[in-house]
Amino acid sequence: MQGLDDLYREVILDHYRTPHGADSIEDPAVRVEGFNPLCGDELVMELSVDATGRIVALHVEPNGCSISVASASMLVQQLSGKTLAEAIALKDTFKAVMRGGSWPEGQDFGDLEALEGVKNFPVRIKCALLAWMTLEQALAQHDPALADQVEADDDIEVKTH
Amino acid sequence: MTIDTEATARAVELDVTEVRRDFPILQREVHGKPLVYLDNSATTQRPDSVIDAMSDFYRTSNANVHRGVHQLSEEATDAYEGARDKVAAFLNADSTQSVIFTRNTTESINLVAHAWARRHVREGDEILLTVMEHHSNLVPWQLLAQERGCKLRFLDIDEFGHLQLDHLDEVLNEHTRLVSLAHVSNALGTVNAIPTIACAAHSVGAKVLVDGAQGVPHGPVDVQALDCDFYAYSPHKALGPLGIGVLWGRRDALEEMDPFLGGGEMIRDVTLERSTWATVPHKFEAGTPSVADAVGLGASIDYLEGLGMAAIRRHEVRVNEYLLQRLRDLPWLTVYGPADPHDRCSLASFNDNQIHAHDLGTILDQHGIAIRAGHHCAKPLMRRLGVMATARASFYIYNDLDEVDRLVDALFEARKVFGLAT
Repeated sequence: MQGLDDLYREVILDHYRTPHGADSIEDPAVRVEGFNPLCGDELVMELSVDATGRIVALHVEPNGCSISVASASMLVQQLSGKTLAEAIALKDTFKAVMRGGSWPEGQDFGDLEALEGVKNFPVRIKCALLAWMTLEQALAQHDPALADQVEADDDIEVKTH
Repeated sequence: MTIDTEATARAVELDVTEVRRDFPILQREVHGKPLVYLDNSATTQRPDSVIDAMSDFYRTSNANVHRGVHQLSEEATDAYEGARDKVAAFLNADSTQSVIFTRNTTESINLVAHAWARRHVREGDEILLTVMEHHSNLVPWQLLAQERGCKLRFLDIDEFGHLQLDHLDEVLNEHTRLVSLAHVSNALGTVNAIPTIACAAHSVGAKVLVDGAQGVPHGPVDVQALDCDFYAYSPHKALGPLGIGVLWGRRDALEEMDPFLGGGEMIRDVTLERSTWATVPHKFEAGTPSVADAVGLGASIDYLEGLGMAAIRRHEVRVNEYLLQRLRDLPWLTVYGPADPHDRCSLASFNDNQIHAHDLGTILDQHGIAIRAGHHCAKPLMRRLGVMATARASFYIYNDLDEVDRLVDALFEARKVFGLAT
């Protein structure tokens, strides 16, 4: 089935089977929990940022479908060691792509590009976005100046600790 | 299910091929495959007779009810009240006046929570629910508990998804004012022993409200034999229109209740300062009702009774037997709920041990098969089962054994998509 092959690409299933970011981190600076109340998917995210504004540790515990788990795993893969500015830029790009936009020319987004197929399954887009919208809340908790990064969404709810 | 003798005497079996011809939507394809509609616990499809009855009403008799002395208004009123008569007979209600039209089961339950419970439940009183309830039979009571300071207690299930009736006396006592529970679980399919529970509840002076959303579609319902005090259901889960609900209540309980919503239709007299109420059931039906939906509901009852509810129940048990047998043959699947098909309605909640229910839902949809994946508005039950979600395939009168096979084939395909052994 063309549509299914496009959605469940091998790279997505690999991330689902062995997700990145499974190792817990010590004394995380930030811990938030994201929920998708409609389907019940949950995600715990912890991160630590060093003095230079670089993400030095990132841990996720996704509990949900293959798309939400793979998306969270790819988030960890892409953002570990990145600056907050880079994280925000990638998050914005990914959200735009999921909502119908295209990947910017001349850049390599790695495994993340495999999630493109989700666009053809509108009800599953929220699954792919859960980790990234949880990240927004994590960033705001790390630095209140980043609160404007948080997009209010009826379908995704994030709790802070 | 209680099977009444008259219906049992009509031993005609359901002709699924014949039934399918009455449902135009079953002709359509989804993703290039013939539709296999297995989301009947969410809402069923409608036969031509229901669709036609509603459209005929709008074409020929449309008017507002209980007012106006003109011919159309009279016809509309007769059609509306005629539907009430049909519901009363269908549920074996003690009187036609004890049938109230609402928007859905949720509204019916909220009606009882407002108009009955706010008069009778006080601080320190208890309401007994079960862990398998749909949110619509939890949240109204949580709101009441916050407001009144009453206590909610819960009857647990055993490992097969049966209510633990042997623990009933531990959660039921002289403080219990109301026992409110599902006739049939929407997530497990369990058919609950309502008469047994009602007997125990009445012995401590508690009333019994039954959420019949999943009860009515699947077999004969006799509210008097069930021995409950209130029975709520949504006709759209039994071939009827979306947008109309039913609440049956014992006449004496309804008589002494306060109104639910205020407005037109529900009054006897109104002055600028105060009003007096119409008699039941109109006391509880403020505003213009959904007349065409009531007409469609009447037609859906005619259709179901034409098949015979006992025959429908036998068909369900036959499909369920095969469904459970085929699903249990798949070693990678966990199937929830009672083992005996006679103890459940024809739905199966299950999980693949490596594929999330939402992924199953998407893959099955690509094969033209509509199932429900998620928490089924029963999150406490999901937590009790230790899962986030389940896949649920729910069958009805137009689904036959070949559709069980289509479902199982697609479950194999899902394993293939995920590169898993079968």
